[in-house]
Amino acid sequence: MHVKHVLRPSQYAILLGVMLSASIGDSFLKRGMEQIGAVNLHHLGLLWHALFNPYVDIGIVLLIGFFSLYTTALSWADLTFVMPATAFGYVVIALMGRFWLHEHLSLWRWIGVLLIVTAVGFVAGGPSRTEHPELDHMDAGVGR
Amino acid sequence: MTASPLLHVWSAILFVATLAVMGEVMIAAGMRQLGDLDDLRSRRGLGGTIAAVLTNARFVTGALCMALNFFSMLFALSIANLSLAGPAIAALTYVGNAVAAKLFLHEHVDRRRWMATLCVVLGVILLSH
Repeated sequence: MHVKHVLRPSQYAILLGVMLSASIGDSFLKRGMEQIGAVNLHHLGLLWHALFNPYVDIGIVLLIGFFSLYTTALSWADLTFVMPATAFGYVVIALMGRFWLHEHLSLWRWIGVLLIVTAVGFVAGGPSRTEHPELDHMDAGVGR
Repeated sequence: MTASPLLHVWSAILFVATLAVMGEVMIAAGMRQLGDLDDLRSRRGLGGTIAAVLTNARFVTGALCMALNFFSMLFALSIANLSLAGPAIAALTYVGNAVAAKLFLHEHVDRRRWMATLCVVLGVILLSH
């Protein structure tokens, strides 16, 4: 039996969340830690202060959200299908740097952005999950 | 850089990438074992779903590997430049994930997915420069 897995709109939304949450979360953490200052062994107390920084808090929430969305995606899609979506975070960081922080993006980095977008295009057109009737049957019931 | 520190740096990079691959593959294996979480939530509710995930041995092993990966990454960054370690670890992790997904998760990694992996690896390396 061969069933081609087609994603529901809600599952596309989860993949979009995977793409955006980690990179935006990292950006918030970076912004917050810039305000806190350098943390080293002699100033570990700064980590406690960091917890009261709103940027750090938003970053932590977004990274927890990323992990939840990522594990949810892996429950209905292959690792090699979800992988380019996580890599797309690098593109989001590069574009945020270019258009939000007005950083210079070299030609090589633009080519890097293009390659990762191409990778997403390669897997997006294919099935999201490999059919394993015997393995799925064997595993069935474990979490039910 | 002499041969010994170079070996030291690349051993650390390989170790970090290996832990990341083990973590991601074990988490993926755990999620495949549990099945679609939306279906699980409709039967058990949110609390039951979270309990099922957090008590899944494969998921917990994967999460532990990812935690170890985080601390070993800190060690790797203390002996290697970020401009080398960052892209090297990311590229090795993406290739390792594709190979491990084919070998251990028996995913159908066709030409399309190999091309995607290659594009991601090259893209990550270029973005890091």
